[in-house]
Amino acid sequence: MSSAWITTRAWLLMLPLLIVMIAVVGWPMVDTVRLSFTDTRLVGTSGEYVGLANYAKLLTGSAFLGALRNTAVFAVFSVAAEMTLGVLAALLLDQQFRGRSFVRALMILPWALPTVVNAMLWRLIYNPEYGALNSLLTQLGILSEYRSWLGEPGTALWAIVAADCWKNFPLVALIALAALQAVPRDIKAAAIVDGAGAFARFRFVMWPYLAGPLTIALVLRTIEAFKVFDIIWVMTRGGPVNSTRTLSILVYQEAFSFQRAGSGASLALIVTLIVTVFAAFYIALMRRSGSRA
Amino acid sequence: MERRSLAASILVYGAATVMSAIILAPILWLFLMSISSANDLSAQPLHWWPQTLDLSRYGTLVSLVSNSAGEAFLGSLRNSLFVSGLATLGAILVAVPAAWAVSRTPQVQWSLFAVIATYMLPPVSLAVPLYMGLAHFGLLNTITGLALVYLTILAPFATWLLKTGFDNIPREIESAAMIDGARLDQTMRHITLPLAKPIVATTALFAFLLAWDEFFYALLFTADQRAKTVTVAIADLAGGRVSDYGLIATGGILAALPPVLIGLVMQRAVISGLTTGGVKG
Repeated sequence: MSSAWITTRAWLLMLPLLIVMIAVVGWPMVDTVRLSFTDTRLVGTSGEYVGLANYAKLLTGSAFLGALRNTAVFAVFSVAAEMTLGVLAALLLDQQFRGRSFVRALMILPWALPTVVNAMLWRLIYNPEYGALNSLLTQLGILSEYRSWLGEPGTALWAIVAADCWKNFPLVALIALAALQAVPRDIKAAAIVDGAGAFARFRFVMWPYLAGPLTIALVLRTIEAFKVFDIIWVMTRGGPVNSTRTLSILVYQEAFSFQRAGSGASLALIVTLIVTVFAAFYIALMRRSGSRA
Repeated sequence: MERRSLAASILVYGAATVMSAIILAPILWLFLMSISSANDLSAQPLHWWPQTLDLSRYGTLVSLVSNSAGEAFLGSLRNSLFVSGLATLGAILVAVPAAWAVSRTPQVQWSLFAVIATYMLPPVSLAVPLYMGLAHFGLLNTITGLALVYLTILAPFATWLLKTGFDNIPREIESAAMIDGARLDQTMRHITLPLAKPIVATTALFAFLLAWDEFFYALLFTADQRAKTVTVAIADLAGGRVSDYGLIATGGILAALPPVLIGLVMQRAVISGLTTGGVKG
């Protein structure tokens, strides 16, 4: 078979996928760009071309900067905590102990729990009057009176970070564990025989195996964190006083609550731009590791 | 296995216990809330262990009485089932030929990276035109419309996972069949697809879970019982005027049951899916 025919055949086989992707992703993406230069309302008359007015208004307004800050805080702290706890959990699960496969199976639970159910669960736990956290901390004598964890601007975002971390650190742990189990047993044993301490073994025996998968997990988690919507919507809807309003929540409010489709689209594009930078980084990583994955 | 000192053993077992407790406690509490009476749940401090067992919420939510909370909740479960099923079916249908083509034809591999890139797009970047498009075709608040939108996520996801699966099926088997005179469609039907059955099944289950979990598009594009999915129903329960926390917890348990069971049964596949980067959190 000629290589031209093989290439043509490949494109033909991909045609259904390409048509679907152009219809539900390609066209909407292009239309979002077009809308971002207009003052279109979500429902009703079509808008006028307004040039860069939407962007100018956004970038100079305080709402955008506040949401960017909240998103960055959420992403940096939740991802950092998830990676740290995940690696520690993986190091533990890499040990031999009775009940190990049971604990590993437990790690599947938070992963499988739907994000919305996780958000709802923690909203109940943080409840200001009847929440488990208030009750527990008071009974332990740590807290003297009940607090409204999600109702105070000082604690709401951190409470959400903790809830997100609980759901996602097991994911990092399972990825890291798979990497650790690829380390040949005799190398681990040899390092111990040679008298390498715990830190030296981590740095020189395990890290070379961990670095690749962890970098990929780091980039993927960061992308997910920058897109965060579900957990925040269910727990606080962006409040109190916008202290948990992230970029995706702001787009939702702008485009759908206030029906300003044009300005919502321009904001959505800025979010897309940020995510694309991370995504490009991810794809470069994948390519460098070849089609091994 | 190296011999551990007593101190190291205590450390390992202690850490394992603490970690298990951290993971189990919230889930156990969700279950306990669902079977505790309203009195136990509104005590200060809480009664951690229910003094009276109250299973009535399960009856309330799993009920076929018309216009009841149960009918609405069961309806949302049914909508989730249909939307996820339909979207999964569509995604698999377009992804199988595409994934095979990418796997066997290095010249078009770059297109795969384009597909993965769209998978990472934030849903907000497509939401406004999708809303207007669905409205234009009268597909807002329909199962078909939402399933169509879910293809934005499921189609690239399935293509990516299937491609890694096809990579593991040696192409020599296909070449041998072709040399013996089999046409491409015959080779696919008799050789490749039977071998790929497990990976297609796994991909379909993961795609289904992904759709079951989806909330953002469902919140935007559904309005009432005709298409509202279970994630939206849960968010309504959690954010609404429901004062019985046990009822909210019961809804959570019921919505979480299918994915948690699938996750536990498919543990091995989950872990290998995670390590190829195909399954997201």
